[in-house]
Amino acid sequence: MSGCDRRFFLKSTGLALVAGGFLPRVFVRMASASEIGASRRVLVAIFQRGAVDGLNVLVPYGESAYYAARPTIAVPRPGSSGRAALDLDGFFGLHPSLEELVPYFRDRSAAFVHAVGSPDATRSHFDAQDFMESGTPGVRTTRDGFLARALEGTNVRTPSALRAVAISPQMPRILAGSSGAVAMRNLQGFGLRGVGDRDGTAKTFEAMYDDAVAGTLRATARESFDALRAVQGANPSGLPPENGAVYPRSPLGNALRQIAQLIKSGVGLEVAFTDVGGWDTHAGEGGGEGQLANRLRDFGAAIAAFARDLGSRMSDVTLVTLSEFGRTVRENGNRGTDHGHANVMLLLGGGVRGGKVYGRWPGLAAASLYEGRDLAVTTDFRDVFAEILARRMGVADFSKVFPGFACDPARRLGAIA
Amino acid sequence: MERRAIHRLLSAAAAAAITTSVLADGTLVPLDVHECALHTLNRLAFGPRPGEVDRVVGMGVTNWIEQQLHPNRIGDAAVEAKLAAFPTLHMSSAELVAQFEVPLLEARKQVKAERAADNGGGDAAPGADAARIGELIPPEKRPRRILEEMTQARLVRAVSSERQLNEVMVDFWMNHFNVDARKGLDRIFIASFERDVVRPRIWGRFEDLLLATAKSPAMLVYLDNARSAADAEHRPPAFGRNRAAAAGKGPTGLNENYARELLELHTLGVDGGYTQTDVTELARVLTGWSVALPRTADAPRAMNRAGRPGRFAAPEPDPGTFFFRERLHDVGTKTVLGHKFGGNGGVEEGEAAIRMLAHHPATARHLAYELCRRLVADDPPPGLVERVAARFLATNGDLTETVRAVVLSPEFFDPRTYRAKVKSPFEYAVSAVRAAGGSTDGQGLGREVADMGEPLYLCQPPTGYADTSDAWVNSGALLARLNFALALTSGRIPGTEVDGRALPLAGNARAIEAGAEKLVGANVSADTVRTITQRLGASPDADDLAASTELLAGLLLGSPEFQRR
Repeated sequence: MSGCDRRFFLKSTGLALVAGGFLPRVFVRMASASEIGASRRVLVAIFQRGAVDGLNVLVPYGESAYYAARPTIAVPRPGSSGRAALDLDGFFGLHPSLEELVPYFRDRSAAFVHAVGSPDATRSHFDAQDFMESGTPGVRTTRDGFLARALEGTNVRTPSALRAVAISPQMPRILAGSSGAVAMRNLQGFGLRGVGDRDGTAKTFEAMYDDAVAGTLRATARESFDALRAVQGANPSGLPPENGAVYPRSPLGNALRQIAQLIKSGVGLEVAFTDVGGWDTHAGEGGGEGQLANRLRDFGAAIAAFARDLGSRMSDVTLVTLSEFGRTVRENGNRGTDHGHANVMLLLGGGVRGGKVYGRWPGLAAASLYEGRDLAVTTDFRDVFAEILARRMGVADFSKVFPGFACDPARRLGAIA
Repeated sequence: MERRAIHRLLSAAAAAAITTSVLADGTLVPLDVHECALHTLNRLAFGPRPGEVDRVVGMGVTNWIEQQLHPNRIGDAAVEAKLAAFPTLHMSSAELVAQFEVPLLEARKQVKAERAADNGGGDAAPGADAARIGELIPPEKRPRRILEEMTQARLVRAVSSERQLNEVMVDFWMNHFNVDARKGLDRIFIASFERDVVRPRIWGRFEDLLLATAKSPAMLVYLDNARSAADAEHRPPAFGRNRAAAAGKGPTGLNENYARELLELHTLGVDGGYTQTDVTELARVLTGWSVALPRTADAPRAMNRAGRPGRFAAPEPDPGTFFFRERLHDVGTKTVLGHKFGGNGGVEEGEAAIRMLAHHPATARHLAYELCRRLVADDPPPGLVERVAARFLATNGDLTETVRAVVLSPEFFDPRTYRAKVKSPFEYAVSAVRAAGGSTDGQGLGREVADMGEPLYLCQPPTGYADTSDAWVNSGALLARLNFALALTSGRIPGTEVDGRALPLAGNARAIEAGAEKLVGANVSADTVRTITQRLGASPDADDLAASTELLAGLLLGSPEFQRR
C-alpha cells in the first residue's frame, strides 16, 4: 500500500483514530512467497562509520594541490611505481586496494559521487552519523530513520515480513521507526533459542499474541513470527555463494554474504543495511599501502564478492555506501587526517549509469575549501538517495522522507536510470 | 483530588472487591484493592515480587506510596552491600580519570612511539595498534569497565532495592537528562552524573536538579557546551580580542547544541514558545561553561596563561569538574525570552537564566506531561497534566509534591490506565526477574536489556528513549523478549537466578491458571491459559516436571499480558 493509498484508506474507513495513527498489521495483507516473486528491487546501504578518507578512496590525482597537501600519505599517480592509483577517467583514480571494483566501473555498473555529504557543519562522528541516518541534518530530535520513512512510500503493495533487514546487533537509527524493519546479528541466530521443541514454543507464543488485544504488541508479534517463518521457510543461511564468489572472513564479508542469501531466497527484501568501522585514521593512515589500504582491501573484496555472488540478480539490486563526513585535505602532524566535510559515495548495480564520477568537483585550491580546510559539499547526500528511491523504489513523495528538504528533481545527478 | 478523597476511594474499593475493567458498553468499573496494589507496583515499582501485592494491600496502598515518596526513610542495607562489589561506582571523576583514562592516553603514546621506532610511523597492520594497547591495558582497566559496573548497579538496584519508586524516578530523570556514555569523556563522567548530579536531587527542587545538570561535565561534553565560545568581538578585553581565534587554538565560536536542548528537551518543550534568537542568545549566556580535562602524567597542569599571576591564571581544577573559562565568555548584552543579561555577568548570568527557565510555566507543563506519560498513560489526560503543572508551580518546583500529584490522582487509578502501558525493555527485564523471585548481579541481564534494543547509558539522541510503546516494540526486539523469558526461567542468564518456589507448577489447566495469576499478577486471559495448557500437554517433555515448569514460566513471562504494566 503506498503512503497515499494508506492515507485514503484510513480516512475512508474512519480508522485514522486507531492508536495514534498506528495501522494495525491486520489491515496490511502480508505477501506470500509467490506474490513476492524474484523481481523485487532491493536497496543495500553500507555505512562506513568513523568517516572514511574519500580523498584517498577516489583520488583526484589530476590536482597537484592534493599532492602538495599530503606529502606522506597521498596515493601515487597512476603509472607511478609501487601501489599507485588506478585511473578511472583521466582525473580521478581509485585506491589500489579497491582493484576488484574497477571492472564494475569499466562495464558501467559502478559509479562514484564525489564531494557529496551533509550540509551540516558538525565534525562530531556522533552528531554527523545521527544527522545522516535521521535524514535531517541539524535536527537532533528526529526519532526515526530516513530509510524507515522511505519504506512507507515504496511502490510495493504487499510488504514482506523481511522487507527491511539490518545485519546489526541493534536496530540502526537509519531504519528505526514503524516500517517493520528487523535487526539481526545473523540469520542463524534469528529465532527462538529455547530448549526442547522450539517450533512448538514458537507456535504457542504466536497463538498467545494472536489472541491478545489488538495493538502494537499483536501487530509486532505478527511481524516477528512472519519474519521468523520467512527465514525458516526460505532457509537462506543454507545458500552457498555462487559464481565462484569468495567473501572475506570479516564482519562486512559475513554481513554482505547474508544479505545476498536473503535476496536469493526471495523473501521480499526491499532494504538491507549494514555498517563497517575502522575509518577514523587520525594517525598513520598510509597512502597506497598501510592502515587505510588494509581496511579498503576488505571493503572492496566484500563488495566485489557480493556483486559476483548475485551475478545477473544485481540488476535488481542497488548498492550504495555512505560515511558521516570526509577528512581534512591536509595531512596532520601524525601522518593521518582529521575530521573534514565532503566525502565520496559508491553506487553499484541495478539502474546505476556507471563508468562515471558524478558531482561537481569543487577543487582543492585554498579558496575552494570549506572553512579553509575541507573538501566542500557540492551534492547533498539526500539528493543521491532521493534519486535512487524515486527511480528504483517508486518513492514519489519526499516531504516525509526528508522533511524540510526540497527534493528538486532538477538537482539530481542522472546517475540512476 | 484531595488525599482524603483518595483514601476513601481506595477503602471503598477494598470493601467491595469487585471485578475490573471497562465493560462492553463502556462503563468503567473501579479497580478493586488488589488491582490497585498491583497497578501501583507495576507503575511505581518495577512490578511485584512474590507476595508483594498482598503486603501492599495489608499496609494500605496510599501508605505504601507515601513511604516510597520518601526513599531516605526506607532502609536498603542489602542492596548497599551488593553495590560494594562495584568499585568504580564509588570513585570520583578525578580518580576514574587517573585509573582509566590517563593509562590509556599513555599507552597510546607509547604505541605510537614504538611504531615510529619500528617503521617510520607509517604502516601498521589493521588492529595492530589496538592489539598492542590491549596488551598494555587489560580489559578490566579500560574505561568500559565503568559503563559495565554502572549497568550492573542499575539493574541490581531496580531488581532488589526497597526504594522502588526512587529507582523508577532515577530511570525517568536519567532519560529526561539523557547523556550518551559513548561521547568522548562521558565514558568517565557518566558515573558522577548519575551518582552526584541526578540521584541526590530528584526529590528536591527542579531548579537545583536542572542547574546541577547544566554544570555537570557529562552534559557539558555531551551537548558540546564545553567547546562553545563567544565570537571574537564579544570576548573579554583582558584576554586580547581575537587572540585565541587568531592563534587557532581552542574553541572559536558559538555552539548552540546545549542551549537548544536545554529549551526544547530539559525545560520549555518544543512548543514552549521560544525562538531561534532565544537559542542563540542563551548559548551566548552560557559561553565559558566548560570542563577541566585530564592530561597525561608528564604534561604540566597548565595555568590558563602561564606565568601571569592574577585571577585569570588560576590553575585548572581537578579533571572532570566544572570549570568556567572566563576568556571564552561572551561579555555583550543578551536577551533570552525577554530577560536581559550582561554586560559581563560572568557565570552568574547563566545561573540566573537557568533558574528563570526552571520556573517557567511552559517548563511546568512540559515536565507534567512527561511525568504523566511515564506514570499514567502514553497519551495522558490533559486535565491531569494541567493540575500537575499547577502543583509544580505552586510548590516552586518541588519534585516530591509534583510526583505525588500524579500518583495520588483519580486518573492514576482509573480503570482505563490499568495495564495500559507496554513495559520498556528495562522495565520488562527487571519485572520478570522480580516476578520470579529472582536476584541478579546485573551482568548477563544488562546484555539482555541491550538485546531488546535499549542499552543503558547508550541512547544516542538527546531526546532519550521514547516513552511510548510504538518506539520500542519491533520484531527483533520482541523475539529478544521471548528469548529472554525462556532463558530466564531455565537459568541461562549468567549472574541471574530465579526462585523455583515462585514459579507455578505445571499441571492441569486449573493449576496453570492459578500459577499464572501468581506469576503474572492478574488477569491472564482464558485464551492464554488454554494455549499454554495445550502446549504443555502436547510437549514431548510433558513428563519432565522440571522442564515443563521452566517452560510454563517462560511462556507466562513472555505472554502479552506480562508485556504490560
